[in-house]
Amino acid sequence: MTSNRRDFLKIAGASALTLMTPAVFRPVWAQDITRIPGQSITPAKALTAKRWAMAVDPLKCRDGCVDCIAACHATHNVPDFGNRKDEIKWIWTEPFAAAFSGENHAYYGQSIQNMQLPVLCNHCANPPCVRVCPTKATFKRPDGIVMMDYHRCIGCRLCMAACPYGARSMNYRDPRPFIAKINPDFPTRTKGVVEKCNFCEERLAKGLLPACVLACEQKALVFGDVENPASEIRLALGKRFNLRRRAHLGTAPQVYYIL
Amino acid sequence: MKKNKWGMIALGLVIFLIMVTFPFWYGKGSKTPPPVLSLDTPVIHEMKEKRCVEDTSFMRANHMKMLNAWRDEAVREGHRQYTAKDGRTYEKSLSGTCIQCHSNREQFCTRCHDYVGAKPTCFNCHVVPGEVNK
Repeated sequence: MTSNRRDFLKIAGASALTLMTPAVFRPVWAQDITRIPGQSITPAKALTAKRWAMAVDPLKCRDGCVDCIAACHATHNVPDFGNRKDEIKWIWTEPFAAAFSGENHAYYGQSIQNMQLPVLCNHCANPPCVRVCPTKATFKRPDGIVMMDYHRCIGCRLCMAACPYGARSMNYRDPRPFIAKINPDFPTRTKGVVEKCNFCEERLAKGLLPACVLACEQKALVFGDVENPASEIRLALGKRFNLRRRAHLGTAPQVYYIL
Repeated sequence: MKKNKWGMIALGLVIFLIMVTFPFWYGKGSKTPPPVLSLDTPVIHEMKEKRCVEDTSFMRANHMKMLNAWRDEAVREGHRQYTAKDGRTYEKSLSGTCIQCHSNREQFCTRCHDYVGAKPTCFNCHVVPGEVNK
């Protein structure tokens, strides 16, 4: 059989069309095999930094606002034991005199004396809790986050004694019954384990900003990379006078208070 | 008196032998059937091709080592992506990956752990979504 030019082009065109078939009609054999939960679709778009830090602008805080605390504690399954002795704190408020005891004096007016500052783990560059932890359950990541590996914590509480900010809390009882609503995406803790703020490292890995930062409608919390001169936090720190809590102790805290 | 002493010793030896060999003959012949692990969960039902992160024999023998490695790599090194032998990648997460399919902890995890006498503490902290107090 001899084929002319016209027939050849017809066959070539029809053949080219069949290449499109799987994309347009998606027959059973062309469909992707089952994807199972947890299987990554795209590489994780994690937020990364040379050094994570936070700037707090307490003058923006509304009176009595606890949005950041509520968001954090709901995200991280922080229990409420209902008494101050057993209280578990990731982020909480302190009056000015307690947060900045060294800067306080008797002549500050009521507005400053009554100011409630949000306080949290300072993710120190020179963290005393990491130095004293006998099991390396607390460690400093290369991006500056002082993190806890709850699997390794033996509940010795040396870190609680070492932290000058009271940012660590011990579970003296099983916390599970005291969690209002468990978030299944984050583990709870167990009796005999110390816990603290983790700068939402599990959210950063998913590309999300910390829960407290997103929850703040007043934008009083700024989170970012202090090693990056163009970051929002660097601009905030460069423009306005700011203090760090008990910086004279040499812990190099990374939560800055713009005052 | 002397004869009596040897008698006591023999009796003692017999009792000793019975106690030492007790685990070998007690319950001989009776069998505890191996547990039947249930894969009856909504997510597994929907899967056309039923497969885990790795193949079944590997998972059966090594899931504990794999989970320990996942734990250390994800928490301590921040490496959260696991590349399986077949090249697929998964998030290293007990709650985010394993428990999404195996949401029947009692019929899957616990049944076998009870049979082999293993007491893992994973679920003292990690949460199975269906078991949450709402």
